[in-house]
Amino acid sequence: MFPDELVAELEEIRSCFPVAKAAMVPVLRRVQEDRGWIDPEARDWVAEFLSVTKMEVHEVATFYPMLYTEPVGKHVIHVCRTLSCDVCGARELWAHLEKKLKVERGGTTEDGRFTLKSAECLASCGTAPVMLIDNERHENLSLAEVDKLLEATK
Amino acid sequence: MKASTVISGRFDTKNSQSIETYRKDGGYETWSTVLDEKRDPDSLIDEVKASGLRGRGGAGFSTGMKWSFVPKQTDKPKYLCVNGDESEPGTFKDRQILEFDPHQLLEGVALTCYAVQAHTAYIYLRCEFKLGIATVKAAIKEAYEAGMFGKDIHGSGFDLDVSVTIGAGAYICGEETSLLNSIEGVRPYPRNKPPFPAVEGLFGCPTVINNVETIANIPHIIKNGAEWHTKLGCPEDPGSRLWGISGHVAKPRWVELETGYKLQDLIDGPCGGIRKGHTLKAIIPGGSSSKVLLPDQVARVTMDTPGIRAEGSSLGSAAIIVLDDSVCMVDAVLNLMKFYAHESCGQCTPCREGTPWVVQVLQRIHSGKGRTVDMDLLLDIAHNMEGRTVCALADGACWPLTSIVKKFRHEFEAKIVAAPSATSSKVASA
Repeated sequence: MFPDELVAELEEIRSCFPVAKAAMVPVLRRVQEDRGWIDPEARDWVAEFLSVTKMEVHEVATFYPMLYTEPVGKHVIHVCRTLSCDVCGARELWAHLEKKLKVERGGTTEDGRFTLKSAECLASCGTAPVMLIDNERHENLSLAEVDKLLEATK
Repeated sequence: MKASTVISGRFDTKNSQSIETYRKDGGYETWSTVLDEKRDPDSLIDEVKASGLRGRGGAGFSTGMKWSFVPKQTDKPKYLCVNGDESEPGTFKDRQILEFDPHQLLEGVALTCYAVQAHTAYIYLRCEFKLGIATVKAAIKEAYEAGMFGKDIHGSGFDLDVSVTIGAGAYICGEETSLLNSIEGVRPYPRNKPPFPAVEGLFGCPTVINNVETIANIPHIIKNGAEWHTKLGCPEDPGSRLWGISGHVAKPRWVELETGYKLQDLIDGPCGGIRKGHTLKAIIPGGSSSKVLLPDQVARVTMDTPGIRAEGSSLGSAAIIVLDDSVCMVDAVLNLMKFYAHESCGQCTPCREGTPWVVQVLQRIHSGKGRTVDMDLLLDIAHNMEGRTVCALADGACWPLTSIVKKFRHEFEAKIVAAPSATSSKVASA
């Protein structure tokens, strides 16, 4: 199901732990990087790869906000909504993004280009407001910079 | 207020992340000496115990004491887990260490493993730290290549394997036993204690779990000695810490200071005061899970464990969130309670049900539909959460909640009185 190169990488991750199951989160993240989300087929593959049941994978995959068990757009944007960002421009950022992308929190744009997700504190409170585009951090954002970033994210 | 460079001293060095510059600055010398002199591992534990170092993750427990709970005689392997899940709202200090001086952390990892005789260490980082993860992974590779990690290091017979593992955006995984379950690949619910991780932790084996900044302190303490460390800052809570200041100051930033300074001096000095045209309303001094301070408390509090305790709060993760007069405190606490409701893992009923209930009540007050009984209802819900759950997440939600409701009751009351439905609600509840 996956190219040999990726399987080799996953095997290396698995080898860091005394039990295969412990590679669960790193393996799921890596698989998600490849497929965009953890679809049922990928989940089943991971279960076999780590010698666990599908339900054990499901239990973990559905727990974490950064593991997606539903399809997402080509690019995923996370905007921090927690207090320090909230009082330093995140509200304006949210309003701007929702209007510009014509999408609500958690939704995906009509063309499938962006999914806009809410994130809890991203540990960039001194450089608020902050957002991630495909897990890449962008700090001290002005609305003009946000427009530029969106433009550059094809 | 005493500025310090114990942890951050190399952050501005060119290529500070590389082993080359780290060694040029004397890095790994302590680790090499410990190995070459075949130091008694217990002497390292004693040194750290005597240094007075408290954990930098939030709970502030004595690091040396924690290490000393690891059994000496055991057939099981021992583990070190470094907690880099940094997600307490307001906190952005560990990230600086990961991104700017990873070898300082790695030398600390080596010394800690030696002290407790662990041969495997996992550095647990939240996956949103893309740069931090890449930087630490590259540093680990360098440390192996330089013979600082691996088998029979320096011919000492001591083996050490270090790797990075990741979380996926769950605040609860910063709770030490949840972190263990996260690494083990099961749903990361916190575990009941006892057994404590030092006795039965990762894979059922003795495990030390320390915060990134705590571990980064270790090379300095072993190098300079416990006595040196006890002389930094406040004698009862010594050391140098990275403080993160966010919110409504002119210059939000991190800064390294010895403990025992005046919070007001930090706000007025390095942070440039409250942003122009506004006045201070409140400060949350130790990450969102600490109790709020009013301006008169801010004016007199010293930032060390005894000083902040005298004001009824805690230093937590040294994350200082400053709120000025533009902030509605009902709004602010609603924001925080949404965080706890979202991050509650759902294992314990009081937290799973209590945190969203609090959000619901706050939303009602905030939207002008509050009832006069709602403030007492909030305190009652908090009373039924605090201390009644497996981990401290519910406590962490209750502390800002109850302190804000009590100290800013007038703001809640104003919202309720202003509500058109207030009169009828009063009648209904009477």
